[in-house]
Amino acid sequence: MCLGIPGRVEEVWEADGTRMATVDFSGIRKEVCLAYVPDVVVGDYTIIHVGFALTRLDEASALETLALFREAGLLDQELGTA
Amino acid sequence: MKYLDEFADPELARGLLDDIARTVTRPWSIMEVCGGQTHTIIRNGIDQLLPDDVTLIHGPGCPVCVTPLETIDRALAIAARPEVIFCTFGDMARVPGSNGDLLSVKAAGGDVRLVYSPLDAVHLARQFPEREVVFFAIGFETTAPANAMTVQMARRLELTNFSLLVSHVLVPPAMTAILEAPRRRVQGFLAAGHVCTVMGMAQYVPLVERYQVPIVVTGFEPLDVLEGIRRVLAQLEEGRAELENAYPRAVSFEGNPTARRVVDEVFEVCDRQWRGIGLIPRSGWRLAPAFAEFDAEQRFDVGSIVAEESPRCRSGEVLQGHITPPQCEAFGTGCTPRSPLGAPMVSSEGACAAYYQFRRLNGPALASS
Amino acid sequence: MRPTTSSAASTGRHWRAADGATAVTTTPLDPQNWSCPVPLRDHPTIVMGHGGGGRLGAELIEHLFLPAFGGTGSILAQLGDAAVVQAGAARLAFSTDSFVVRPRFFPGGNLGDLAVNGTVNDVAMTGAVPLFLSAGFVLEEGLALDELGILAQTMGAAARRAGVEVVTGDTKVVDAGHGDGAYITTAGVGLIAPGVDLGPHRVQPGDVVLVSGPIGLHGIAVLSVRDGFEFGSEILSDTAPLNGLVAALLAAGVDVHMMRDPTRGGVAAILNEIAASSDTGVEIVERSVPVPEPVSAACSLLGLDPLEVANEGRLVAFVGRDDADHALEVLRSDPLGVGATAIGQVVAEHAGVVVARTGIGGTRVVDLPLSEQLPRIC
Repeated sequence: MCLGIPGRVEEVWEADGTRMATVDFSGIRKEVCLAYVPDVVVGDYTIIHVGFALTRLDEASALETLALFREAGLLDQELGTA
Repeated sequence: MKYLDEFADPELARGLLDDIARTVTRPWSIMEVCGGQTHTIIRNGIDQLLPDDVTLIHGPGCPVCVTPLETIDRALAIAARPEVIFCTFGDMARVPGSNGDLLSVKAAGGDVRLVYSPLDAVHLARQFPEREVVFFAIGFETTAPANAMTVQMARRLELTNFSLLVSHVLVPPAMTAILEAPRRRVQGFLAAGHVCTVMGMAQYVPLVERYQVPIVVTGFEPLDVLEGIRRVLAQLEEGRAELENAYPRAVSFEGNPTARRVVDEVFEVCDRQWRGIGLIPRSGWRLAPAFAEFDAEQRFDVGSIVAEESPRCRSGEVLQGHITPPQCEAFGTGCTPRSPLGAPMVSSEGACAAYYQFRRLNGPALASS
Repeated sequence: MRPTTSSAASTGRHWRAADGATAVTTTPLDPQNWSCPVPLRDHPTIVMGHGGGGRLGAELIEHLFLPAFGGTGSILAQLGDAAVVQAGAARLAFSTDSFVVRPRFFPGGNLGDLAVNGTVNDVAMTGAVPLFLSAGFVLEEGLALDELGILAQTMGAAARRAGVEVVTGDTKVVDAGHGDGAYITTAGVGLIAPGVDLGPHRVQPGDVVLVSGPIGLHGIAVLSVRDGFEFGSEILSDTAPLNGLVAALLAAGVDVHMMRDPTRGGVAAILNEIAASSDTGVEIVERSVPVPEPVSAACSLLGLDPLEVANEGRLVAFVGRDDADHALEVLRSDPLGVGATAIGQVVAEHAGVVVARTGIGGTRVVDLPLSEQLPRIC
C-alpha cells in the first residue's frame, strides 16, 4: 500500500488551518496536504501518497544513490565480468 | 532531478543486474513485503532478469489481499444502505466478499464511489450533509497518517455524517509471523520503503537481531528494487545480517515523527485478522476510543456477519510464501483474475495475479506445475 | 412484445404479446461459463465492466448477443468494429456506437465530437470511405437546450470535417432521473473500394505494429474532470476523424493488413483482440510506445496502465514488414499522424498473447483489460 509518487511543490497555502499545496507531477497538478512536512517549501520535491505529502525528497541523497548504482555497474566492467 | 526516470535507467539496471549475477553463488529466497514492490517487479519483469538461483517470494504486503473477509462483508453491508455514500480506493472494489464485491453492490444501486484520497470523502461529507459518508480505511502504516489527519479534520469541521471503516495492518508483526512460521523459506527481506518513511527503521532492529536475517529498506522504482535485492544478496553471500537503508532519499532512521504523533492520537494497536493467514496479535490499528464517533463499525449495525471463505482458496499459504500460486489446485482453473476465489488473484499486486500473467506467456501446459 | 419477467434465472424466458395470445420461448442462458466475477453467476445483472471494452464485454457479446442475433457463422460473429457486408455490387462497412461519456464536456471536446468521430473511425478502420451517419438522441427531461445545441453544432462541424453527412436521426426524451443528460448513438456506412481487404486474416508474423501518435490523451483528459479524480492538467482529448489517414495510406499503396482504433480498453485491448482473432503473438517494446509525460504522470498517480487508457483519435496499424518505413512516412506527413511510430511486431510464438519488453529489458504480458480500469492506489 505504498504508491507514493514524487512531485514538485508549486504553491502553498492554508485551508481550514491546514497547510495545503499544489504539487506538479510532470504536467499534472494535484492539491495535496502538507501537514506532515512542515519544512517543505515551494520548489521542493515530496512523496505524495493518497493526497498527503509524507516526506521531502533529498536531492543530494538521490544523486548519491544514482552514483552508487553507476559504480556497481562500473566495478563489473573493471573486473571484466560485465 | 525528477526522481522517476533516473531510477528506471536501463543502463544502470544492467549494471545492477550484472553485479547481482556476479555476487550470487547459491540459491537464496528473498521476500518483498510491500505490494507496491511486487507490482514493480512484475511490471518490469525483474523476476525474469534475476539469476535462477534467486527466488522472490511475494509477501503479504498487499492490504487489499489481507483485509479480513468479515470486514469486506461489513463494507458490502454498509455500502448497500440507501443513506450511505461508500468511498473506497479503486483496488478494493473487486475484492470478493462472501457474496459479491463493492462493484456488484454498486450495480445493485448502492452509492459506491472510487476516490483517490480520504480527503475526497470528507469533501463529499461536507457536500452532502444529509447522507452518511463512509470511507474504507485500509492500508499499511503508509496510509494511516492520511486517514488519521482526515479524522482530525472531520472533528475540527464538526462533521456528524462522516465515518471510517478501519482495517489498518502493520508490517513488523507480519514479518515476525513469517519468521516464526515452521516452514520458513524466506532468508532476507526487502522492507517497505514508504512504511519506513512514516515509521522509521527502529522496529526492524529487533527482527534483524533476533532472527539474524538481512533486512534492506527498499524503494519502488526499478533501480531501487534491484538495489534492495542486490544488498540483501550481498549480505546473504557474506553471512551478514544487518538492517540497511537503500532508499535514503525518502527514508531516515527516525521516519516522520509528526505523522506518528497524529497516528498515535487517532489510532490504537489491536489484534488483526489477516485474510488467509489468521490472527496476528497486535498487528493492526483501530480508532482510539476518543474518536469512536467516527467508527463506522460502531455507527452501523449491520447484524451478524457470517463470513464464508471459499474452501478452495489457499491464499494464506501463498501470502506467507509457503506455496507458489501454481501449486494451488484452483490456480488458473477455478480461480482466475476474471473469476477470483481470493484477493491475491484480484489485486494488481497479488502474487496469484502476477503468476497468472507469466503462465499465459509460457502456455497452458504450465498450469499444473 | 413485453417480457413478463426480468428476474435473473437460468430458465427460459417467455415473452408474450400484449394480447397474451402468442408466446415465444427463448433458449435458456447459462452464465456458469461466463467470466463474470463469482457473485454475478448467482445474480446475473449488467455491471459497469460490461461496457468497458474488455473481457467482460466480450463475453456478454459472445454468450448473450451473438446467440440471439446470428450465431457463430454470421457476419456479426466477425466482431469487427464495423461489419463488412455485400449489398448488390457494393462492399459496405457498417458500424454503430453509443456515446455515454461523463462528463459530456471535457478538455479538447465533447460528447458530440466522440459521437461523430467514433463511428467515422470504426467505419474507416475497415478501409472504407465513410459516407453517411445516423444520429439517435436519448435526452433526459430537463436537459438545457443550449447544451443540446452545442452538441448538435459540434456534431455538424465534426461531420463536415470528416467529409460525412448526417442523413437521418431520431430523438427520444426520457423522464428526469432516467437518462443522465444525453446519450447519443450514431451508425455509419461507408464504401470499400475493390481490392481493399483488411482484417485479422491478413495479419502475419513479421508484420510491424504502428501507432499513429501519442497514446492515453483522451482517457486522461476525461478523468481529469471526472468527480472524485479531478486534477489539473493541460491534456486535451485527441478526438479526431481518422479517415484521412486511412485514405492516405491506401492511396500510397501501403501494404496495410489491418487497422483498429484503440478506444475503450486502449492499445492493450486492441492488440489482444487482434492477436486472438489472427491467432498470432504480438511483441511490443515499451520504450517505443509514445506516452506523453503528463499522461504517464497521471497514470502513475492513479495507478493506471497507459496501454489501457482510451484514445479517440489514434489508429493502430499492422503493416507488412517491408513497407513499415513507407507507412510511417505517409502517416507523419499528415497533421494527425505526426507522432506515428513503430511499437512492435507480430510473431509466431505465444499465439493470442501480447508481450511487452519492459523499460529495463524484462518481459511482461499485456493482458486484455478485464473491464473498466480501476485506479490503483496500492
